[in-house]
Amino acid sequence: MFNYNFRWAQALNSLPRMLEGALVTLEVALLSMVIGIAIAILLTLFRLSGSRILGAIAATWVEIARNTPALFQIYMVHFGLGGFGIHLSPYLSLLIGIAFNNAGYLSENFRGALKGIPDTQTRSARSLGMTPLQAFRHVVMPQMLRISFLPMTNQMVWAILMTSLGTVVAMNTDLYGVTSDLNARTFRTFELFAIAAVIFYLITKTVTLSARLLAARLFRY
Amino acid sequence: MIEIENVRKSFGALEVLKGIDLTVAKGEVLTVIGGSGSGKSTLLTCINGLEPIDQGRILVDGTEVHAKSTNLNQLRRRIGIVFQQYNAFPHLTVLENVMLAQRKVLGRPKAEAEAEAVRQLNHVGLGDKLKVYPSRLSGGQQQRMAIARALAMSPDYMLFDEVTSALDPQLVGEVLDTLRLLASEGMTMICVTHEMKFAREVSDRVAFFHQGVMAEIAPPAQLFEAPQNADLRKFLAATH
Repeated sequence: MFNYNFRWAQALNSLPRMLEGALVTLEVALLSMVIGIAIAILLTLFRLSGSRILGAIAATWVEIARNTPALFQIYMVHFGLGGFGIHLSPYLSLLIGIAFNNAGYLSENFRGALKGIPDTQTRSARSLGMTPLQAFRHVVMPQMLRISFLPMTNQMVWAILMTSLGTVVAMNTDLYGVTSDLNARTFRTFELFAIAAVIFYLITKTVTLSARLLAARLFRY
Repeated sequence: MIEIENVRKSFGALEVLKGIDLTVAKGEVLTVIGGSGSGKSTLLTCINGLEPIDQGRILVDGTEVHAKSTNLNQLRRRIGIVFQQYNAFPHLTVLENVMLAQRKVLGRPKAEAEAEAVRQLNHVGLGDKLKVYPSRLSGGQQQRMAIARALAMSPDYMLFDEVTSALDPQLVGEVLDTLRLLASEGMTMICVTHEMKFAREVSDRVAFFHQGVMAEIAPPAQLFEAPQNADLRKFLAATH
């Protein structure tokens, strides 16, 4: 079992290609967060609307996103929708699948955050003549996003790691996809995946650290 | 003018307002006293339409508050309310707190909203706290900020719901001084309060609420010196 010869130099030659893949991974994760947050805010509004139908849509979304494997969700976007004649590229399928998952988890985080904001905040805003939507947008939402900031950072890390699931829809331009392709050609499995793991680690660490710095700047109150 | 006509209101089986009739004239300062659960705070939140009523009607300058056709968001611009809990918006500075509704509800340009906010904050003695977040303010300062926030909307009426009840005793004075100032400037005010000395000083009339009924209403000298109602006599004896 010890007759494996490490060839780090050869594997490291692939580093530039892997870093390009890392950029794609970061891009997909960032976009999926932007879309996920926007949808999660919408789902939160659905829940607050008092409408049964909108509430049920939000609840169903959250239930599916949180209680089925992310891998199935991505697979369904690509091949499930494909069955209806909607053919999306691997990139789009991965992006939408992760955004779907993000929205479900974040909406649940937002719901928890709302419990920490007293009703009297809305009451005060309404007393000043704000509409329900204005009260949410200008008074409740900023506080909700602040309380949810740490869970949002966690979800961003999770989104970065989830990009590796793109393999089920034949995504080959992200970090995992690039690494996997290189491996198929060179069989430097240990070296390549070790390097990829280090890159994943560095990306997520950078994200968490920048989030901490961003929080210090954003939340001065 | 605020006209309250035979207003009834229940929370479930509990009837908190049992047919209130009351008229507050422009420029009048009315204070409302009474034990907890007497319905006095509920009445205030009915006046600005935060609470629905079961019967009767409330007219503000002739507009029926609870009519379906009434735009409450528009009506509330004219009625300022300050609560026992100051409800500062924690994510905004003092200045931004006072500017927000001016910008979003009245649509005032930024410069104008800022000028008005600064004016009102100076008015309540917070001119040196503009860039500070509410968490850095004392309870009394936060309450004065809430008053400035309501005043910045240029309301015709101000409702005060036990605004000193949540404050430390040494901070009550500064908030009452702000209310006295407003009263002296001719603001139409309804103050629900437990501060008898204040009620006696600033009011044109004092109303005593007891178990959902307005048991007595009279100018302060008369109400405090010669109370007619037996429950009022008991209440005054207990609070002195």
